[in-house]
Amino acid sequence: MPIKIEHLSHVYQPGSPFQSDALQDIDFTIEDGELLALIGHTGSGKSTLAQHLNGLLTPTSGRVLVDGEDINQKGANRRALRQRVGLLFQYAEYQLFEETVYKDIAFGPKNQGLTGDELDARVREAFARVHLPEDALQKSPFDLSGGQMRRVALAGVIAMHPRVLVLDEPIAGLDPRGRDELTEIINELHQDGVTMVIISHNMDDVARIATRAAVLHKGRLAMLGTPREIFSRGDELAAMGLDVPQTVQLCQALRAGGMDVPDCLTNEELCDAICRALGKEAAIHA
Amino acid sequence: MEDLILRADNVSYAYEDSEGMAVRGVTLGFRTGEMTAVLGHNGSGKSTLAKLLNGLYIPTEGHVTVCGMDTQEDEHTWDIRRSAGMVFQNPDNQLVASIVRDDVAFGLENIGVPSAQMPARIETALRQVEMLPFIDRAPHTLSGGQKQRIAIAGILAMQPKALILDESTAMLDPRGRREVFDTVSRLNREQGITVVWITHFMEEAARCDRVVVMDDGQVVMDDTPKAVFSQAERLRAMRLDVPPMVALGDLLRARGLPIAHEAMDVSAMAQEVLKCR
Repeated sequence: MPIKIEHLSHVYQPGSPFQSDALQDIDFTIEDGELLALIGHTGSGKSTLAQHLNGLLTPTSGRVLVDGEDINQKGANRRALRQRVGLLFQYAEYQLFEETVYKDIAFGPKNQGLTGDELDARVREAFARVHLPEDALQKSPFDLSGGQMRRVALAGVIAMHPRVLVLDEPIAGLDPRGRDELTEIINELHQDGVTMVIISHNMDDVARIATRAAVLHKGRLAMLGTPREIFSRGDELAAMGLDVPQTVQLCQALRAGGMDVPDCLTNEELCDAICRALGKEAAIHA
Repeated sequence: MEDLILRADNVSYAYEDSEGMAVRGVTLGFRTGEMTAVLGHNGSGKSTLAKLLNGLYIPTEGHVTVCGMDTQEDEHTWDIRRSAGMVFQNPDNQLVASIVRDDVAFGLENIGVPSAQMPARIETALRQVEMLPFIDRAPHTLSGGQKQRIAIAGILAMQPKALILDESTAMLDPRGRREVFDTVSRLNREQGITVVWITHFMEEAARCDRVVVMDDGQVVMDDTPKAVFSQAERLRAMRLDVPPMVALGDLLRARGLPIAHEAMDVSAMAQEVLKCR
């Protein structure tokens, strides 16, 4: 189920003194089964774009097509179309409100009209996907840690069975293990065929998990490509206030020092590249 | 134990409606001019410790002293708060006024600084965080990193001895994080302000003088960044990690390359690798 974004522009508060062009002529397709990272610094428009993907915001001009259908067209299936795209907000742990984790996860599918065994199965299946201790299901969400609460919020979105999941800064503010655990959940969902859109400003994470990345700058789509392609344009990223992953930074520094290493996205890859480069140099000197 | 600006003696703390202790028997001193990172997973007690260090919480057992003043004694409360200022995580929850100037003035009014002295102190504080050009701006028009620097200026105006920052970069983008860390690190170096820097970012901890690791309410490691980050497995067992370049160093050493343990950031690592040729 590709999401086609066609010449999308969004203007906040048009006609007022506060008018601002949040998005300008965004045009690209989110492909089935990909794990797309949306990158950009604060104010670049990435959250605004995310909120267009499930119809929370409507374009000032342009269209968003899900399965070839305009999600903002007048018609009976608008609601269903929008529900195919699940959105997890930033710091979603602050949005839990029910007495138990179970009820919180059930809230969305219940609104979709599910009841009884079907609803129960949905809740348990979604809960199983976020790797929480078994006894958490009947606890108050407020007795869990922040990272666990965020996973409950994610389960609530998963329970709606979206085919595309849009996660806004899902790992911001977590401790290192919490980051790893959430990354694993994201990878599992992706492997099960869910199309994923991850908003992130952590380039090390983008390098590790994304299959493709889109860079937004001042409301425009500035780059689109694999993480490797994007991070090879370090100077342009720096001009946009963005970093490249530390592994890529090191490769650049090594090349500046005269060592022949390609850009690497993981430490393991980089370790091999360094050993190869050193071995080759030793062979030349011998 | 001379020259300890912040000091915890066998401190424990229990939250009102919970059975266990959030902080258990912590004895710790922070020397004047030192920049210390405090690491620990969510729930390890590090935020509780921070709030004990400037008297926001009073120990259930033990004593915290700030510049020699015991936080148990009510009459010191204001002197303690102005000596050890605290910056929190969320940039949107800390600013109270509609103009930056008034926000920085807020603390000064509370401690009764004569109004004739205020403009100079406000301007000095804003200059220290490189935000003076924004003095007449509305806080909501600023970026997260800029807001945090305004929050820091509000504390600096009170001329504190110590700054305690509780995950103050967690909600910022990389640029904002760098702005705030560099500002605080410069204040520490140039003005000798003691800093307690609580964080989840290992690369920030690597740039501090000292690293304290908390687990289950206790201090379990307290050493130089190099010594702490040389124990990757132990850190991972506590839901923590090492900075990316330290992890790379471990891999390269395992392949027999003589990479110094001191290389914890990109430029130091580049030098070490190039030396292997």
